[in-house]
Amino acid sequence: MAVSVDEAVSAGPTPDRPPPARRVRRRGHGRSVLEVVLLTVLAVVMLFPVLWMIETSIKENRDVYAVPAEFFGFTVTLDHFRDVFVGADGGRSALSVAFLNSVVVAGVSTVLATVLGVPAAWAYSRFTLKAKKDQLFFILSTRFMPPVVVVVPIFLMYRQVGLIDSKLGLILIYAAFNVPFTIWMMKGFVDEVPAEYEDAAMLDGYSRLQAFGKFTLPLLVPGIAATAVFALIFSWNEFVFAIFLTSSDDVRTAPPAIAGLIGGTTVDWGLVAAASVVFALPVLVFAYLVRRHLVAGVTLGAVRR
Amino acid sequence: MAGIEVSALHKRYPDGTVAVEHVDLSIGDGELFVMLGPSGCGKTTTLRAIAGLERQTSGDIRIGDTLVNDLPPAERDIAMVFQFYALYPHLKTRDNLAFPLRAEGLPKHEVQARVGEAARLMRLGPLLDRRPRQLSGGEQQRVALARALVRRPRAFLMDEPLTNLDAELRADMRTEIKHLQGELGATMVYVTHDQVEAMSLGHRIAILNKGRVEQIGTPLEVYDRPASLFCAAFIGSPPMNLIEVEVADGKLRGQGGLVLTPPPGLPRDRPLVAGVRPEALEVTAPGADRSVPARVVSAEWLGDEIIYVVDHSGGRDVRVRMPPTVRFAADAQVGLRHTGGTPAVYDVRTEELVA
Repeated sequence: MAVSVDEAVSAGPTPDRPPPARRVRRRGHGRSVLEVVLLTVLAVVMLFPVLWMIETSIKENRDVYAVPAEFFGFTVTLDHFRDVFVGADGGRSALSVAFLNSVVVAGVSTVLATVLGVPAAWAYSRFTLKAKKDQLFFILSTRFMPPVVVVVPIFLMYRQVGLIDSKLGLILIYAAFNVPFTIWMMKGFVDEVPAEYEDAAMLDGYSRLQAFGKFTLPLLVPGIAATAVFALIFSWNEFVFAIFLTSSDDVRTAPPAIAGLIGGTTVDWGLVAAASVVFALPVLVFAYLVRRHLVAGVTLGAVRR
Repeated sequence: MAGIEVSALHKRYPDGTVAVEHVDLSIGDGELFVMLGPSGCGKTTTLRAIAGLERQTSGDIRIGDTLVNDLPPAERDIAMVFQFYALYPHLKTRDNLAFPLRAEGLPKHEVQARVGEAARLMRLGPLLDRRPRQLSGGEQQRVALARALVRRPRAFLMDEPLTNLDAELRADMRTEIKHLQGELGATMVYVTHDQVEAMSLGHRIAILNKGRVEQIGTPLEVYDRPASLFCAAFIGSPPMNLIEVEVADGKLRGQGGLVLTPPPGLPRDRPLVAGVRPEALEVTAPGADRSVPARVVSAEWLGDEIIYVVDHSGGRDVRVRMPPTVRFAADAQVGLRHTGGTPAVYDVRTEELVA
């Protein structure tokens, strides 16, 4: 998940930064120059692959292979982007189907994980349960292993129950991976909302569930947004399960579909780059929209009330 | 208004923690009853059980004549004030007050009248159109009190309502709550860990420890004759001096030579400890009449009084409260004598008051 956090946070601009910069300027010119140089180098290293991807996506194929590489002055074309969505026969391309699959799988699995995880987090936060810590540890332990370790047993189980090569199968496995994360992250948010709101509401005539729905839940919305974005990014980016558990074009999600473009006798790098740009955009936009909540979500719990 | 009866209350959580071992309380109609104890003593759990926010493992709770064991909180006709106020953050003061009434389904004019009345009583007029985060801590707590008032409940339950306020405001609110309770003749159960709050507010105080009631009594009873060594150490600042004593020649004699008047009916066959309040002792010039030789270990100058820590070779150092006019330097040789009446005497093994 750490990778997603980095991506998510660095995705948006950071408008709240000026104060530190001012402080640095006061401390000395030399230091600030050094910082700017280092940060520029870092930014170039980080952003160059992204820039190169974007450039490749709007170059014609002969410019892509040009040696020496052309940074400027190539002919701009949007053909690759058209190819992402429109197939050779003029109908929908396999990639566009894959993108739609990604939207469905990531969306539904995120909703499922949130719907299951948020009430569970609430319960773990509010109630005294037998062996609560052990239960929470067990829930977290399902995330200890990388997906590739469990993919073979899951493949065998899925084949037995007929979930192989189905969107439902992917949705279920992604939800299963996101529920523990949702529970742990949301528990922190629920802990921050005083239980007294619910107590007061119950004294005012609401049932426990109504009290949760009417008073605690609205206060949890920022936390739910942040958690859901993380879950969404995980499901959207997930590759290992997707490539092992699906095979047909009408089920496959975008990551294996894009990977599938590489490996023929010739590789259409323009199409790969364009598909990657389209694939990266939704996550960027979404992370940008909820950037405030993301930062709140990442730092929450660090400060005591 | 109604009284509250709690009998043989026991609360055990699913994880095995016992919050309340055994609690019996009988709270009178119109009484301001304080439950006092350190954190984890079961006072809040007991209060929450009365409110219906926790279901007791066993035992009965009656409010008025109604057995409320199986009633949800809303049907118990009680109001509760919380440590964190629990005002609904998205509602203005006015709507926060009206909320429980609207939830009950009262007609509009009745809601308005009651909100107006509570606002007048708690002087909330100018705050009615603000939201909780625009209010100071004290104002929020007054709104929370008013929200409890509007319901005209049979009893008020207060869960450390003043803990989050600063000291000055706390004293003001204490007066306000006491005044309000008297004016309304309300039954009020008040939970606190602050002995000053308990002493100044309560008609009666229950001291709880480890899920059991150690003592129930008026503030004076609790102060003068703590029922156990725990109560003796918990009430009073500085707490009671506990002096190991033996009965000899019809007197209580401490190890350091202090002589105390024994209460009648003392058992002779077990080790005893006398509880002596710091104000029942006196630091005198060395060799004064009836005094034992002692040495000042340290002195805390509090302005209106001085607390002397005195070593009189009696095992433990004792604390003595003296007026600020009587001054001795640290390490000075002094006399120590007992000036109070009969002390409370405890059995060392059972830790309970014996006479």
